[in-house]
Amino acid sequence: MSKCVCVVTEFRGGNFRRVSYEVASEGKRIADALGASLCAVAIGSGVSGSAADLGRYGVKKVYVADDPALESYVAETYVPVVADIVKQCDPAVVILSASVDGKDLGARLAARLDAALAMDCTQVVCDGGRLKARRPVFAGKCFAWCEWAEGALPIISCRPNVMDCMLPSEGDQAEVEKVEAVIPAAKSRVLGLDLDTSGKVELTEAEIIISGGRGMKGPENYAMLEELAQVLGAAVGASRAAVDAGWRPHSDQVGQTGKVVNPNLYIAAGISGAIQHLAGMGSSKFIAAVNKDSEAPIFTKADYGVVEDLFNFLPLFTEEVRKLKATCS
Amino acid sequence: MNVVVLLKQTPDTESVIRIAGDGQSILTNDLKWIINPYDEFAVEAALRLKEKHGGTVTIVSWGPQRVVESIRTALAMGADTGVLIDDPALEGSDSLGVAKALAAGVKELNADVVVCGSRAVDYDLAQRGPMVAELLGWPHLALAVSLESDGTKVTAERPIEGGKVTLEADLPALITLGGSHAVWNPRYASLPGIMKAKKKPLAVKKLADLGLDDTQCSAQAAKIKMVSFEMPPQRAAGRIIEGEDGAAKARELVRALHEEAKVI
Repeated sequence: MSKCVCVVTEFRGGNFRRVSYEVASEGKRIADALGASLCAVAIGSGVSGSAADLGRYGVKKVYVADDPALESYVAETYVPVVADIVKQCDPAVVILSASVDGKDLGARLAARLDAALAMDCTQVVCDGGRLKARRPVFAGKCFAWCEWAEGALPIISCRPNVMDCMLPSEGDQAEVEKVEAVIPAAKSRVLGLDLDTSGKVELTEAEIIISGGRGMKGPENYAMLEELAQVLGAAVGASRAAVDAGWRPHSDQVGQTGKVVNPNLYIAAGISGAIQHLAGMGSSKFIAAVNKDSEAPIFTKADYGVVEDLFNFLPLFTEEVRKLKATCS
Repeated sequence: MNVVVLLKQTPDTESVIRIAGDGQSILTNDLKWIINPYDEFAVEAALRLKEKHGGTVTIVSWGPQRVVESIRTALAMGADTGVLIDDPALEGSDSLGVAKALAAGVKELNADVVVCGSRAVDYDLAQRGPMVAELLGWPHLALAVSLESDGTKVTAERPIEGGKVTLEADLPALITLGGSHAVWNPRYASLPGIMKAKKKPLAVKKLADLGLDDTQCSAQAAKIKMVSFEMPPQRAAGRIIEGEDGAAKARELVRALHEEAKVI
């Protein structure tokens, strides 16, 4: 009997986060390649009720740690609980999301289990029963293939938005095993949670991103991008120049010292395309750029380039998108 | 308050990255080296803690002798002492091996707070902070965009998908920093600072000095290896949208994104 593949899910606000289905789907592909079964860790407060539904993504068995003390992610409480479950199910590989919490949990878990983590992977292959994982380095300027030493426990965190989500097989339920979680007395705690309720789309999980750079000329002009973003259901990003100038919050920064994003469509407005910025968005499926300078480096990466003054072009473009949306809906 | 900064030297973010002929490593010969920007934020955060609470700021780094320059830069910013773990055995070590060396280095320093970048801009491994905290048995707060302390606790804000969490940890604690230059605004070294830095103590240690050996931290001990590198697929040259005016170009771009790319 082959060892299982173990995926660690993320539960927030009463639901599994979408990245959990991505890692379950990737876990299922790996489990099939290894001839192993798929199990999952469901950890959180109130997670019991939904745990069996992970069966829709091919999970055979779910280990559930449901405790009010696990309401929010705190490394000190989550890591020992997940580590105990991993030891119990003794998997061939552990897979989780390279989300904000997943990156943190994966690293501390690897230290606790004396295991080896490949962070933020974009591809996992199984070659004759041995795993290899591909991950971006230098913010995507280059890729590295990772392999594990004989006997090491591989932990793989998957970059959000990259692994294909399988179509759920409705009605399939996973076997649920409740775990008596031993939660250590923590020396750290959550004081407050401030969720953005404006419906703003998170950059790293957005399907479309519209970013503005130095060419936006000032913070007030981002209203134009916000408007377009609203029509497209997109997120708004910014270049380092715009963030350093104080026009936009740091959480919007795309690039080597910001967020690395990979949406279906990245629209760069007034961004010249410095190498640090290109590193952060170069893996977008499609790139469109608007810049009045036809020599801007961004045009060498863009699938579609528009040489125009963005203040003239963007309102026209927004209007055209609106028309399209009106005919499609 | 004794603050330790875990500092990595990385290639400048403006560097063009090239792969060696055998595909197994990154060429480093003509790279310009800097303090990992996120670790530079950590130096700034550490200096602010010292300004408020007194005490010392110690830089702990690892790597070959070229790293001395980065440690001196941090000393010129205002840190007090430096430790460089320079041991050939560390070459090829995985994240956990490096974390073991750093944790051993921290243990000797009677630290109240350890700060470091949430990731380094070279290999983006993003593991060293949480691993060191686990090895020390300390709490850690990750990806902080603010850091305050009353001398017994630290509080930090951490952006998560769709919001922000405020966290608190009792000391001793480790904090990894996120954010950006605009958030931390790290200070520049002053000229007097640069002069003083030359005389500040900088100890060079081997693994053996820290009670470690190459069974814990080395290429042989590594459980994971980056075995090959490849460049991202070249993007096919795109096209410039033509049209008699902005409106025509806007129509054509919408058409292309909808019908060809099928992304809107």
